[in-house]
Formats: sequence, C-alpha cells, structure tokens
Amino acid sequence: MLQRLIRNGFIALFAIAGCVVPALAQTPTTVPTEVSFYYPVAVGGPITKIIDGLAADFEKENPGIKLKPIYSGSYQDSITKALTAVKSGEPPVASILLSTDMFTLIDEDAIQPFDELVKTPEDKAWLKSFYPAFMENSQTGGKTWGIPFQRSTIVLYYNKEMFKEAGLDPNRPPATWKEMTEYAQKLTKRDASGKVTQWGVQIPSSGFPYWLFQGLAIQNGGILMNSAGTQTFYDKPEVIAALQYWVDLVNKYKVHPEGIVEWGTTPKDFFEKKVAMVWTTTGNLTNFKTNAKMDFGVAMLPAGKQRGSPTGGGNFYLFKKSTPAQRDAAFKFIKWVTTPQRAAQWGIDTGYVAVRADAWETPAMKQYVAGFPPAAVARDQLPYAKAELSTHDNQRVTKALNDGLQAALTGTKTPEQAMKDAQVQSERILRTYRR
Amino acid sequence: MYGWLLLLPAMALLALFTHYPALANLWHSFQSTPKGDRPAAFVGLENYQQLVEDPIFWQALSNNFWYALGTIPVSIALALLMAVWVNDRIPGRGILRLAFFTPTILPMIAVANIWLFFYTPEYGLLEQFTGALGMPSHNWLGSKNTALGALMVVTVWKESGFFMIFYLAALQSMSPHLADAAAMEGASRWYFFRRVTFPLLMPTTLFVLVNAVINAFRLVDHVVVMTRGGPDNATELLLYYVYEIGFRFWDSAYAATLTMVLLTILGLVALAQFFFLERKVHYQ
Amino acid sequence: MSAGINVYEPRGVGRALETTGAWILGVLWVLPLLYAFWTAFHPTEFSTHFSLSAPLTLANFVTAWHAAPFARYFLNTLLLVTMVLAAQLVLTTLAAYAFARFEFPGRNALFALVLVQLMVMPDVLIVENYRTMTMLGLKDTITGIGLPYIASAFGIFLLRQTFKGVPRELDEAARVEGCTPLQVLWKVYVPLARPTYLAYALVSVSYHWNNFLWPLIITNSVEARPVTVGLQVFSSTDQGIDWSIITAATLLSTAPLLIAFLLFQRQFVQSFMRAGIR
Repeated sequence: MLQRLIRNGFIALFAIAGCVVPALAQTPTTVPTEVSFYYPVAVGGPITKIIDGLAADFEKENPGIKLKPIYSGSYQDSITKALTAVKSGEPPVASILLSTDMFTLIDEDAIQPFDELVKTPEDKAWLKSFYPAFMENSQTGGKTWGIPFQRSTIVLYYNKEMFKEAGLDPNRPPATWKEMTEYAQKLTKRDASGKVTQWGVQIPSSGFPYWLFQGLAIQNGGILMNSAGTQTFYDKPEVIAALQYWVDLVNKYKVHPEGIVEWGTTPKDFFEKKVAMVWTTTGNLTNFKTNAKMDFGVAMLPAGKQRGSPTGGGNFYLFKKSTPAQRDAAFKFIKWVTTPQRAAQWGIDTGYVAVRADAWETPAMKQYVAGFPPAAVARDQLPYAKAELSTHDNQRVTKALNDGLQAALTGTKTPEQAMKDAQVQSERILRTYRR
Repeated sequence: MYGWLLLLPAMALLALFTHYPALANLWHSFQSTPKGDRPAAFVGLENYQQLVEDPIFWQALSNNFWYALGTIPVSIALALLMAVWVNDRIPGRGILRLAFFTPTILPMIAVANIWLFFYTPEYGLLEQFTGALGMPSHNWLGSKNTALGALMVVTVWKESGFFMIFYLAALQSMSPHLADAAAMEGASRWYFFRRVTFPLLMPTTLFVLVNAVINAFRLVDHVVVMTRGGPDNATELLLYYVYEIGFRFWDSAYAATLTMVLLTILGLVALAQFFFLERKVHYQ
Repeated sequence: MSAGINVYEPRGVGRALETTGAWILGVLWVLPLLYAFWTAFHPTEFSTHFSLSAPLTLANFVTAWHAAPFARYFLNTLLLVTMVLAAQLVLTTLAAYAFARFEFPGRNALFALVLVQLMVMPDVLIVENYRTMTMLGLKDTITGIGLPYIASAFGIFLLRQTFKGVPRELDEAARVEGCTPLQVLWKVYVPLARPTYLAYALVSVSYHWNNFLWPLIITNSVEARPVTVGLQVFSSTDQGIDWSIITAATLLSTAPLLIAFLLFQRQFVQSFMRAGIR
C-alpha cells in the first residue's frame, strides 16, 4: 500500500515536473535586448530615414531586439562621440565608423573582433563574401575588427551637356591625367572681365582632403602608409608629384578653383553648373541622380601611371562593453543588413558600393544597373582600389597630412615642403608605435 | 560663522569647478597621457617642451593674438559709434537699436551657420554682392589670408551690439549740464567728446574691454562650424586647439598643458585690469 | 531716457549725414539675418538666386523639424536654463549677502577668489571639468551641463554691489522687529534688488541658451543635448548642404529667444543697461 503510494507520488511529481519545467523554459523574456549604435552621414540624401526603415524592418523580424540608431554627425564627430562614450563607461553596442579608425579603436581598447562570433559554416561563408578591397581596412593582426557596410570609392562625375558644348564626346570621360587637364581647359569658361563662370574640374579639399589626395597618389604609383599602420610615406617622390599635379591644376592650368574647396557644397556646385567635373564619393550617386537636372555621367578616376582610388566609408564595429545578449543581437543585425539583398538595396538607395560580389547578382541590382549604368562604375573600379590611409593615432596622423595638403593648395608651402613637414609630424607621432 | 555658512554652497561649487580644475590642470600638465593599459606618469617639463616645439601651437597663439587685436578695438569703436548715433535722437533709432542688438541674442552657432552661407564661394550672398560690383570671386573661408579675417567680421557683427547697450546706458546717465557748460565755454562737439564724454565712459570701456578679451579667448563656436581650424591651421584658435587635442586626439596631458597657457594669458589680463587700468579710470 | 536735449545734437546737414550713416550701418547689420529669413521661407531652388517672385513656403521648416528631434532639444535647453537660473539666484543671493553685510575672517581673500571666475570661466577649463564630471557620474546629463556655472562670480559681484547700496537703516529696522538675518535678506534686500535680478536673469538665460562648446563635450545623446548642439550635429556640412533647410533649422532653434526678445526688447535693453551701470 505504501509502496504504491510512493510510486504514484513519484509519477505524479514527474508528471507535474514534466509539464511545469518546459512551461517555465518557454516563458518569453519580456525585456527586449537593446542595441544602440552610432551612425554618421557623409553624403546627401535621406540617409536617416533609410536607417530608421532598416531598423524597423529588422525589429519586425526579430521582436526580442530593439534597435536604437543614433545619428552622430560626420565621421569625425562620430568617432569623437564613440570614444567619449567609451571613456565615460557607457559605450554603444555597435557603431558605424570610418574603416580607418580601426587602429585607434583597438588602441583605446574599445572594440572586439568578430572572429569569436563567426563559428557556423554560414557565418564563415558570410565573412568571406565581402570584397577583399574593403577588407583591407577591416582586418589586422589576423583578426577581423570591422564589417564593411557603407563603403565607397571616389568617382568622377561629369556634366555631359557641358562636354557637348565644349566639343567633347559626352560618352568619353577623361581616362588619363593628361586628358583630364585638356578637357578641363576646354571646359573652363571665363566672362568678359576674366572672372571664371565655369570651372573645369574641382577636387574638394575641406575636412578630409587626404582621401581625395590618396586617389591622386595611388594613380601616380605612390603608397601613403604601411599595412601595420606604423609608418607613413608622405615625402616619397611619387606622392609629392601627385600633390604637384593638383596644385598645377589650380595655379598652372587654372582649371580648378583656388583655395579650399568645400566637400559639402561640391555636389551643389555641380548642380548649379559652376563646374564641369567633380571628384567625390560614389555614396553621393543617388543624391546626384535625384538633384542633377542635367545629363551627367560617372567615370572611374583618370589614370596617372595607373588607375586607382582609395576605398572609403564606414564599417560596423562591435564595442567591448556589451552583454552577450546585446553582442549577439548586434551581430545578428550586422549579418541581416549585409545579406546580398539588403546590401544591394542599400547600394541602390544611396550609391555606396554594395559590399559583396553576390549583391551585384541579385535581380534588383541587376535591373538597377541595367537602367542606370553609372551605378556599376565604383564596383568596376574596385580592382584598382587600395586601402584607405589608416594608422595608429589616425586622427592626428591624417591631420598632419591634411594640413600639408591645405598649405600647398593655398600656396603657403610648395608641395615638396608641405609633404616633408607632414612626414616629420607624422614620424613624431608614429615613432612610439614602432617600439 | 554665519557669513561662512551663507557663502559655503557658492564657494564649494566655485572651488570645484574653477579653482580645483585650474590647479589640477597644472598637475596634469606635468604628467603623460594614459593610454590603454599605460597609466599616467610624471614627465616633468616634457609636455612643455613639446609645446614649444609645436608649430601649430605657435600658430594658434599668433592667430588668437591677431584675432583679439582685430575684434576688440573694432567692436568697441563700432559699439561706441552706434551708441552715440542711437543716443542722438535721429529718426528710426528704435529700429536701429533693434538691428544692432539682435545678433547678440542669437547663439554663435546660428550666427556661424548664417555667415557660412553668406561666405560660400560662387553663390553665397557676399559673392553675389562682389560679383555685382564686378569684383572677382573669392573663397573667403578657404584661403589662408582671409579666413581669420572672415571670422573676425562674424565676431564683430555679433558683439558690437552687446557693447553698444552698455555705452548707451552710460551716455544716457550723463548729465546734460556738462554739455551745457562746455557749449557755453565754446567747446566743439569733437572736443567735448574727446575731453569729457570719452573719459567719463572709461568705466564702461573697461567693463566692455574685459568682456571682449574674455570672449576673444572663450568663444570658438564659429571655428567649429565654419573652418574647423583650417585652412592649414589659419583659423586655429587656442581654445579650439585645446578641444581638438583633448577631445579628438584624446591627448589629455598635452591639452592640459595648452590650457595652462590659456589660463596664464587670462590671468595676466586680469592682473593688468586690476592694477594697471584701474588707476587710469576716471570716476565721476 | 535722456534727461533733456543734448546741446551737441546734430542739426540740419550734420543730422542728415549722421542719419544716413547710421541707416547704412543698420541695413548692413541686419542684412545677413534678413537673407537667412528669405532663404528659409523659399524653396531650395531659390536659395541662391534672389528673385522677388519666388514662392513662399513653410516646407523647409517642416523638413527641418522632422529631420532632428528639435522638440526634445528645446525641452532640454529649457530645463537647463531654468535649473541653472534657479540655482544661481539662490546661491549668488546668499553669497552676495555674506560679502555685503557680514564681517568674517578672510572675506577679502575669498572675494578675490570669487573674482577669479570672472576671468577664468568654466569654458576654458573643459579638460579638467570633463574629468570631474566623469568622476561625479554626471556625464551626458543636463545637470552636468549646468553645474559648473551655478556659482556665478558675475552674479555675486552684481548682487553684492546692489546689496551694498541698500540703506542700513532698513536693515536695522527689520532687525529691531526681531527678524533673523535670513528673514532680513528675504524681506528687505531681495525686493530692493529686483531690477538687478531681472538684469541678471536675462544675461544668464541668454548665455546658457546660447552656450555651445561645453555642452558639446559633455553631452552625447539626444536626451541631454541642448538646441545649440542639436543644431550643429544637424547642420554638419559633410552631408551635402541644403541651405534652405539649414537656415530653417537655424531660425527654428533661435526662434524662442528671438521672439521673446522682439516682444520684450524694451525690458531686455533696460536690463542689460542696468547690469552695466555702477
């Protein structure tokens, strides 16, 4: 009798346990994981809206995660804010920051590499799917620190109508430096008093002239830094010659505006028909498509000794001080937003280069490129693209170069002097990192 | 005692946010910047040596000096002129007073944005003006010779109205008997201004001067918006350089060293004000 | 308020010349602001082509308002200036009273220390104050923005001046009636200093409404950002400048102060004038 009671009791206990425990395990976590991330905007267009839209779509598919995109200004503002947040002990979970900020973020112990998270075969395939050119600024020391998201190269936008007016073939953009100079000379117009009403070409030099300059340097066969980020080569002859060419466009050929050309107003200058050719990011492509009221073309940058452009733009970084749940949620979002379809859509909406080759094979992208061939120019330039200038203490080292470039362009120093001085400054900063 | 108690909250906060930081700043200028896992270490005068060898520091110092020289006398003179004009009851003085004073109310950030638009090459308002007059196009903010001057204009535009108000108050509190007496003696208007009005305005001028000097070193909002220190450090002002070093490059030790220079300058000006000029001021 | 006709006032030709000169300066002075207004109220295509027949539009303001959380920025600024002013009024009143009417050892030395802040404002000490705020855990809060400014040397200086001008007889009369020193402060000194308080309040509000560099450094998120920082983040020039929207945003952010000023300009001007008069 007792034995049966005990046995029934155990059965009952097990039965209850069998029902309750799974029920407990299935209780949904009512608190969503919050993933905050900073993002900059460096191109024209409704970027904030697009980002918010992406966040909303992701949240719909993943109800347990709440995304908090925070607009943080320019790339420089964003890295400042991110580091401020890190130092105050309250960093975001992720951020989109310049690919070149990688060394700085590592030195400040702010970010964690993606390698521990990439475990499954799908994840490994995903990591391998990005263009190698973009991964150059995303990996160091055998680890992956950033995932390409809004990446770009510099392209040449040109006004086809002005080309026709000047007797140039609107479907033949300049392919070499010599051609660019000649075309620019034909395209520069002056009024009766000698004042220029239309410039031939303009290359922005405000804020971050080093990026535009790197295009010229690569085209002339120069490299600006080593891949470990511990040395720069600002004073090499090819680099100085590249700067000399830029300065000649201003002073010798007089086809380029004097002084510092503002990055933010360069697209508008183009729309206002103040200039025939501009160098700016492919990320502005949709901005041009929407606002340029004339027939325009997009071309790869002209070749010096070779074709070339630095890559540019921002990567996704994972910050260190997050909970495992936040980190996984962020990783999920990063993977989600870089699937071929979404990468393609982001490229279509903005003009940034879709960061993986298979994104270009999606039907949406194929259709877009068929209807608007300029969209593929930046991608076609990728084989010639090189890593963007990136070193330890990046902000300071690039400031040295920026100052030198601005000095040469405003005529205060010769290109040779400017680059030599910049190299001296950079050496002083980077010396400590080579010990 | 009672007095001490009343004073305590204010003194405590002052000590925490003015006196302590100034001293802490001095202390930190003798240390190195902590980075990652390297803590701060005492390095003696090394930061100061770096300061002396830094060409950008000297540029910033010189820029600030020219900037002060360019904005302070001009804005004070203009303010005095405006005050005199508004005080003389010319038609429309109410509107004029409004026009002169409005820029003062606006935040410098807003002023900087408006003037950035104004200065845009090719199609900014200034360009349209000079173009209409037949002058060549000029990149005011993008060329080393004019960038600092362009910023000075913005500052003068913003500050003059503020100083005008103080001069106006002083002018209106002057007794008209003085003018009557001087007129009876046969003094010309200019003579009266030079020998009577201006000396009597000295307290106001002193007040305004101190304000202007402080602002010349304190206000760098327009640099942030319009030029970010460029082109090639032509508009790099001391406080902006401190901001760049401290909050973009995160070199806190060097930033502290730079701040010491700033504090020294302001301290010297304060001393000059208290001892030197006080004696020359004529009180009625 | 001139107390009578200034005998040196220009008449005739001199007057005409002076009026013309003043008016030219006035027009030049107000031109940038007028053009900003013009650009904000007209569509983008006309932002750089001045044409009298251009259509008016409010679209720029709508776009600007939606492009950044200006409502939250305004709330932050409002909270900031209110909090700072309230705290300043209390602290400076107490301190000024102590300096004006109490004898205690070290009074002059302490007053000299106070005056140091007139020259060395918290704006100059950004690096150290940032460190202090981190230690206090007040980074990215509105309190953090305002705290360094609450003990205001300017306020103490002004109020001490005013309190010193209060006749001692009133003070003594109140004491005779059995008031404690604090009650004397509240009943006698504060009411008499009302013009100074008003002047100081206006100076303080406009200063903190317009403050930029320190809030830029100390705040990071939308929840704490005041309007000035919000405007700068918004009009960051990298994203391709649309002047119509930027001027619209600029005007939006200055509108409250501007409107308050236009409505109360008399009082504004009087107060500023009084603040300078010794």
